[in-house]
Amino acid sequence: MTSLADILAEHEGREGPLLPILHDVQKLFGHVSEDAMREIANTLNLTRAEVYGVVSFYHDFRTEAETRPILKLCRAEACKARGVEALLPVAESQSRVKIEPIYCLGLCSVGPAALVGDTVHARLDSPRLTALLASL
Amino acid sequence: MKIRISDDALAIACGADAVARAFIKAGAEVERVSSWGMHWLEPLVDIEGAGYANVSADQVDAILAGNAESFGKITEHPFLTRQSRLTFARAGKTRPISLDDYYASEGWLGLAKAQAIGAEATIETVLASGLRGRGGAGFPAGIKWKTVASAQSDIKYIVCNADEGDSATFADRMVMEGDPFMLIEGMAIAALAVGAHKGYIYIRSEYPHAIAKMESAIAASAHLVAPFVVEVRVGAGAYVCGEETSLLNSLEGKRGEVRAKPPLPALEGLFGKPTVVNNVLTLAAIPWILTHGGDAYASYGMGRSKGTMPVQLAGNVKYGGLFEVGFGITLGELVNEIGGGTDSGRPVRCVQVGGPLGAYIPPSRFDLPFDYEAFAAADALIGHAGITVFDDTVDMAQMARFAMEFCAVESCGKCTPCRLGSTRGVETLDQIISGKNVEANLALLTDLSETMKFGSLCALGGFTPYPVMSAIKHFPEDFR
Repeated sequence: MTSLADILAEHEGREGPLLPILHDVQKLFGHVSEDAMREIANTLNLTRAEVYGVVSFYHDFRTEAETRPILKLCRAEACKARGVEALLPVAESQSRVKIEPIYCLGLCSVGPAALVGDTVHARLDSPRLTALLASL
Repeated sequence: MKIRISDDALAIACGADAVARAFIKAGAEVERVSSWGMHWLEPLVDIEGAGYANVSADQVDAILAGNAESFGKITEHPFLTRQSRLTFARAGKTRPISLDDYYASEGWLGLAKAQAIGAEATIETVLASGLRGRGGAGFPAGIKWKTVASAQSDIKYIVCNADEGDSATFADRMVMEGDPFMLIEGMAIAALAVGAHKGYIYIRSEYPHAIAKMESAIAASAHLVAPFVVEVRVGAGAYVCGEETSLLNSLEGKRGEVRAKPPLPALEGLFGKPTVVNNVLTLAAIPWILTHGGDAYASYGMGRSKGTMPVQLAGNVKYGGLFEVGFGITLGELVNEIGGGTDSGRPVRCVQVGGPLGAYIPPSRFDLPFDYEAFAAADALIGHAGITVFDDTVDMAQMARFAMEFCAVESCGKCTPCRLGSTRGVETLDQIISGKNVEANLALLTDLSETMKFGSLCALGGFTPYPVMSAIKHFPEDFR
């Protein structure tokens, strides 16, 4: 799929297509723009407000492009118990990689854990996180 | 010589891919299998049944030359011999997307049985098993199925709740990544029992490996469950979508706001049609129950908590992983004997059972048996059976604050006690932590917690008071 029109055609006739469409749009363009929301609303016969309401409800969707690499650091209880909070100074000592919180990657026995794209990382400590950030 | 290494996300996060590549480069035959669930040993390498723990790529040559020490026969490891693995019977042994391996290990026998005995007897078998919903609420699965089966509608749905958002839980992820055909078989049996033709698996976006494995398994087994059709839908980072009515709204393409009940989803669920909404572990238990009989399943467990529970040991625990066992085992056995205490070596200060909405429990209550009713009587919940262990460095006031903060971030906004109460809770806890009017603010927080507990529409606002109030009750010294 190389355009919004392709994505909309791909999902035509599907039950409850809005979330799959938004995922595909974000995958292709990196974000869900206002123009895309307008086009999606037109096609699905929804109001722009309805589409915006869905986009803004879910943490995954962003309305503006993020040019930096993104590292999602798990901040949930099990990773807290394994010391993720002590890694925050390392994570925040740089600005080249955008650090976002995520609540649980299901790697709760080997945290602190992080997700970069679809790649999972576990057993992070300061040196490993520093190396991981430098590699992105 | 065949080398077996898990391709579970946790093994991969610990470096299993690099180890597998190194073995292949050295000319060995590598088979990627599911995880044994002994997470502290990952990457775990299995050579003809002998286990090698925490293997890194640079140890591969030594292992192949016979110069590395094995920890012994994997199946004889005490962590495994103490378990009753029904749902996780295949864990560590089979290739997740191999239909051959699935057939060779009792695969599809439960579906064949259901087809042979028919819908009504299938539901009777599930009722006899005593299986209760493993998502947290513990509602009897057979009764839910019976309700959907007797609902009049030409369209019905099976929805698998795979939005495993609770911290310390990973059993759903391990089922989807390690034994996806079992989940599909469970859904197909449910479909047969209630008369549904379409099933959705709602998987959280935080689980990319589970999504990929489920999609491959669905494609590989479509002909075996037809005319029943299964489809994966991916969540979008909203914790509240693990609540079943919120999940249904999300599947419909709406904001994941909670619906008021009634109507029950069993009668008016997805797109207003009768819908079975079951957790991954509930559906995954079904093939075993059909194959071996409801009574065989009910012979495990205690009281009204029948069968086995895949307990997840997580957080600051020495031997973390998946421990499937009959209900009735005590919390202390799980944390100290099986989990080995903390990973840091410091004393255990408390555990949180049941994710972010579960109570904090001190070691003085470790005599509690794992049983829905016993936990409820102690103002705690089993939830999805995740246990987070904390050592004595934890600040319980900060954990209570986090519970409120998490609720504020994840609230769907529909009901006031949850939407506003969580934010006021964070503010009140900030006052307490900074030492301002502590006693008056603790009284205010207690009052607020009562309001949230009884006034919220769903478990997010309704159960957030559990971690907060249990922290205050058991660890008052952290608040004053």
